[in-house]
Amino acid sequence: MNHNRRTLLKGSLAAGAVGAAVSAGLLTPKAVMAAWAKDAFEAKEVGAAMKGSMGSADATSSDKIKLKAPDIAENGAVVPITVTSKINGTTNMSILVAENNTPLTSTYELGPNTEAYISTRVKMGKTSEVIAVIKADGKLYSTKKEVKVTIGGCGG
Amino acid sequence: MAKSIKLRAKAKDGVATVKALISHPMETGLRKDKKSGKPIPAEFIQEVVCESGGKTVLSAQWGSAISKNPFISFKFSGAKSGDSIKVSWVDNKGNSDSIDSKIK
Repeated sequence: MNHNRRTLLKGSLAAGAVGAAVSAGLLTPKAVMAAWAKDAFEAKEVGAAMKGSMGSADATSSDKIKLKAPDIAENGAVVPITVTSKINGTTNMSILVAENNTPLTSTYELGPNTEAYISTRVKMGKTSEVIAVIKADGKLYSTKKEVKVTIGGCGG
Repeated sequence: MAKSIKLRAKAKDGVATVKALISHPMETGLRKDKKSGKPIPAEFIQEVVCESGGKTVLSAQWGSAISKNPFISFKFSGAKSGDSIKVSWVDNKGNSDSIDSKIK
């Protein structure tokens, strides 16, 4: 019995799904553009998630960002969110759900001609604030909206 | 393959509106199988990239909190009808898919 081999197997199993994901990601022929921000997506707190995805947890509240979300979401598994920013030079956007297990839902890097407009659908575990964070000229701005959830979308 | 993505891109006054619908289970890894009680392994899209005319217009990183069968819409300027557009995704298992289309 080759002991080293056993240890290696155990180690790789213990690394779990994310470890497998990373190695699987490396094996794909398609070049991965930017490393997936694992720390940010696994962060349990909004501050840490923002730091991981946007570089800092300090964001100025701004009314130039429009966050369109329902007041009440009947089904937390599908909550439509639209973020529009009127701040010039918006380069990055993130959407966070404060009360989710892992608040960061997604982060976007905009091309030079891409307008600061993103519309997507997210899952929400329970009633929570939805936070949109944008980066413009290296500064962070954010806006929030509370969405009430009647049926949660995380967990069965 | 390209069967998992439905893509629609329309240009109006030089601004293209792109809408993409991807069919994907987007499992968080936290849900449990009701019958066996075993957790369902995580399977979610991590990256979505959109290119038009050879330039990256949008690169997104997603977590497991994006809904099942994800939808995304965005806009970019400097586009005209007939321009090429490509959307691709990669998930945490290394599966991927892409679609090539033209802006209408």
